[in-house]
Amino acid sequence: MKTFTYTIQDEIGIHARPAGLLVKAAKGYESEITLTCKGKKASAAKLMAVMGMGVKCGDEVTVTVEGADETAAAKGMEEFFNSNL
Amino acid sequence: MNEERYQGKGVFGAIAIGRVSIFKRSEVTVKRERIEDLDQELARLEEAKSKSIQQIQNIYEKAVKEVGETNAQIFEIHMMMIEDDDYNDSIHNIMETQMVNAEYAVALTADNFAEMFQAMDDGYMQARAADVRDISNRIIQNLTNCGQRAEASGEKMIICADDLAPSETVLLDKEQVLAFVTELGSSNSHTAILARNMNIPAVIGVGAGFVQNIHDGDTMIVDGFTGEIFVNPGEETCRKYRSRQAEDERRKSLLQELKGKENVTLDGKRVNIYANIGGIENIGAVLVNDAGGIGLFRSEFLYLEKTDFPTEDEQFAAYKKVLESMAGKKVIIRTLDIGADKQADYFQLKKEENPAMGLRAIRICLTRPEIFKTQLRALYRASIYGSLGIMFPMATSVSEVERILDICGEVKKELEAEEIEYSREIELGIMIETPASAVISDRLAPLVDFFSIGTNDLTQYTLACDRQNAELEEFCDPHHEAILRLIELAAENAHKHGAWIGICGELAADTSLTETFLRMGIDELSVSPAFVLNLRDAVRKLDLSK
Repeated sequence: MKTFTYTIQDEIGIHARPAGLLVKAAKGYESEITLTCKGKKASAAKLMAVMGMGVKCGDEVTVTVEGADETAAAKGMEEFFNSNL
Repeated sequence: MNEERYQGKGVFGAIAIGRVSIFKRSEVTVKRERIEDLDQELARLEEAKSKSIQQIQNIYEKAVKEVGETNAQIFEIHMMMIEDDDYNDSIHNIMETQMVNAEYAVALTADNFAEMFQAMDDGYMQARAADVRDISNRIIQNLTNCGQRAEASGEKMIICADDLAPSETVLLDKEQVLAFVTELGSSNSHTAILARNMNIPAVIGVGAGFVQNIHDGDTMIVDGFTGEIFVNPGEETCRKYRSRQAEDERRKSLLQELKGKENVTLDGKRVNIYANIGGIENIGAVLVNDAGGIGLFRSEFLYLEKTDFPTEDEQFAAYKKVLESMAGKKVIIRTLDIGADKQADYFQLKKEENPAMGLRAIRICLTRPEIFKTQLRALYRASIYGSLGIMFPMATSVSEVERILDICGEVKKELEAEEIEYSREIELGIMIETPASAVISDRLAPLVDFFSIGTNDLTQYTLACDRQNAELEEFCDPHHEAILRLIELAAENAHKHGAWIGICGELAADTSLTETFLRMGIDELSVSPAFVLNLRDAVRKLDLSK
């Protein structure tokens, strides 16, 4: 299992467009990717659930990656957060 | 009939006067029905879903053409929502456990998800409830085979609706629509964003009950500037708004007329008006607004959108494209201006107490010359495709400028050794954005071909006012005499040493200062593409001989 945390820089948080991109990115991996923020948990592969978390600018998100390709997935997701959020 | 006035929020500034057409949606009432064959019902649902996705794909393509890819992306999100696991699990679950029809399960799921968004404490997310309803209604319509069709009439009408879903907005035929008005909606809604991009006068959020009070064919005035609506306006209101409308159209066409005209004052003083842009996608706006060149091309986009340093070839391709698109007109590219409020993680910059006064812009380039050299090599290689100027941000001393020029010299030597061509006509300039560089501009001017004044930072550093701090607004006066004197000093010194001088900060677009700048001898003003013609209009009305 791999874990990293990221503080959201994007002014309006995880809004619709980046949530869509995030889900696309997460679905590209075999591993189960889970987001935890402000006591809420959601699978990164589920758009409505990700949007429903209401993640805002400055919130700290913990990303947990578990599965066969977890090393690549964690690296890929970290890059995704850095460049999109 | 009495004139009635309503107030909403204007989302696109223009005035429309015309007749009302109330938007008709074929209302689908969903009944709860028990089913016998679950598999057959699930198959029916799958069919309706794939039909819906196909329809949204078509809407997406129409939207890309009319409002651009960024604004069309909401429909991509819609397609993903239809395929969302939780959304589908909920529909399936309702159908299975209650053995009910798909329409009912979709409607109930839509209500639940819309409620979830509505309950969030964030206006943007609350507005997403409309997206869930939009996709769900589409699936239900496809299940019941009950399509919606707008009636076509010859006359352009003002469309009034309780609310318009983004897909409904895009599907409106622009040739038939004079304006639109909705009871609900926030300025955050995608419908509002789409209206702005379709150039249709629009007022939203007029309030519940509005549509009930009006009738098809009523006369209506829509003021997209103020958000005012007049139903069955009286003679006097009509007269007033006809003249406002004419005035607005005159102003817009005047600006169109100014295209192709010179930037010259009544007494014959010329000035270059260029545009500021931050990416390749803005070149279209530069050309449409008839800017004479690009006075500030921010190269940060090449760095900020990446997870690692952009390669020389990637940069070369971008610079070449800009130079070629501008077909010989001047293009001034500013080297990397990162740090302070613009950060990219892979630079691994240390956290600073005071980033505006920290390691930023040319300071990064001089401490990490390998990054700087990659950019310069790409710029020099691209220079043969047009008329290039390179501008260095935040230089504050003679020795810094000398180091910059030394590195440029090294790059040239390398390219020569590798027999790679570059233009001998590249102009090199520095930004004047600190009091230091303005004060010693007599020493800096002999070293460069031009100065460009960055008024935003010059204001921040001269007045010691953090530009990110909104509470300082009353102290942060960009018209402060100290700033104007620094600009004047830099202009005098530039001209004394044969350099030219431009302004590329926000102040360049401030037409209350245009006369002052021209009197100081400023040679070039660089502004957002949308302000180019407005500034040209101001210049052409000036007479400096008086």
